[in-house]
Amino acid sequence: MQLSDLQRWPGIAGQIALVTGASRGIGSAIADALALQGATVIGTATTAGGADAITARLEAFDTPGQGLALDVADAASVEACLELANERAGAPTILVNNAGITRDNLLVRMKAEDWDDVMSTNLTALYRLSRATLRGMIKARQGRIINISSVVGLTGNPGQANYAAAKAGMIGFAKSLAREVAARNITVNTIAPGFIESDMTRALNEQQIDALHARIPSARLGRPDDVAAAVVFLASEAARYVTGETLNVNGGLHMQ
Amino acid sequence: MSSVEGQVKGIIAEQLGVKAEELKNDASFVDDLGADSLDTVELVMALEEEFETEIPDEDAESITTVQQAIDYILARKVD
Repeated sequence: MQLSDLQRWPGIAGQIALVTGASRGIGSAIADALALQGATVIGTATTAGGADAITARLEAFDTPGQGLALDVADAASVEACLELANERAGAPTILVNNAGITRDNLLVRMKAEDWDDVMSTNLTALYRLSRATLRGMIKARQGRIINISSVVGLTGNPGQANYAAAKAGMIGFAKSLAREVAARNITVNTIAPGFIESDMTRALNEQQIDALHARIPSARLGRPDDVAAAVVFLASEAARYVTGETLNVNGGLHMQ
Repeated sequence: MSSVEGQVKGIIAEQLGVKAEELKNDASFVDDLGADSLDTVELVMALEEEFETEIPDEDAESITTVQQAIDYILARKVD
């Protein structure tokens, strides 16, 4: 499957979509997928160079979006980015919280800043970005907030107490916010990808990859497009009655 | 009725789906007009837009009746 093989899903064309962490991997595939669906995509990267590369990539689509620099861990940066997004494209009605970092270590060795950095970028960012975009969605009576969590948030993983806590926190956040805004035609959902081919999983050695394959019923790592396709569904009008849900995209690695 | 009062009542009526002429000044948004908490947030957003002002969250929480909304906007306009 290529993302371009997906038909147009209802309700995405013409929307403004903000995708954080869009320069590579899963975020890049999500930005492309939403652009292919006819959304104007604002993709963020942590550096100006990264933002320029996103702009260059998004120019290829019928509804050219653009890249913006954003540090999701910095409230002032979120405010500035949203101001620019509103000015250049309009108020986002699709928000994909994808930006994430890892600072792995056994808990006994984990520094406080490794805990704080992961919480701020992976979890508190949802608070900052949802608050910055919700008013526009409430006014539009239309919104989709999609959080990219992780299977690790459901199962735990040694060395990732900080990451797993943040990723699990996203799920509780989504369920609460979903209850608050459902009557305004705004849905809030979480996707929990399993092991996806990306810079994060490229750090694994061959032995680790083999061990993973043995545990995944689909017997392969996922591809960024597998996650992006799930985002397209949740962002579309087809998923209007799905909210507060956590969608596993993991090849059967973990089932709820 | 002052023009501000009329404007404020018009917005409240539109946001909460009630008739402006039937709005009593001491009516509470939640207890009398059936607003939920997000309705009151939207109401404040609409007031901000109409009167081109920003209402801080601390102030917004203290606006719970029709009269309080009118008083708040009148006080703001004098500033």
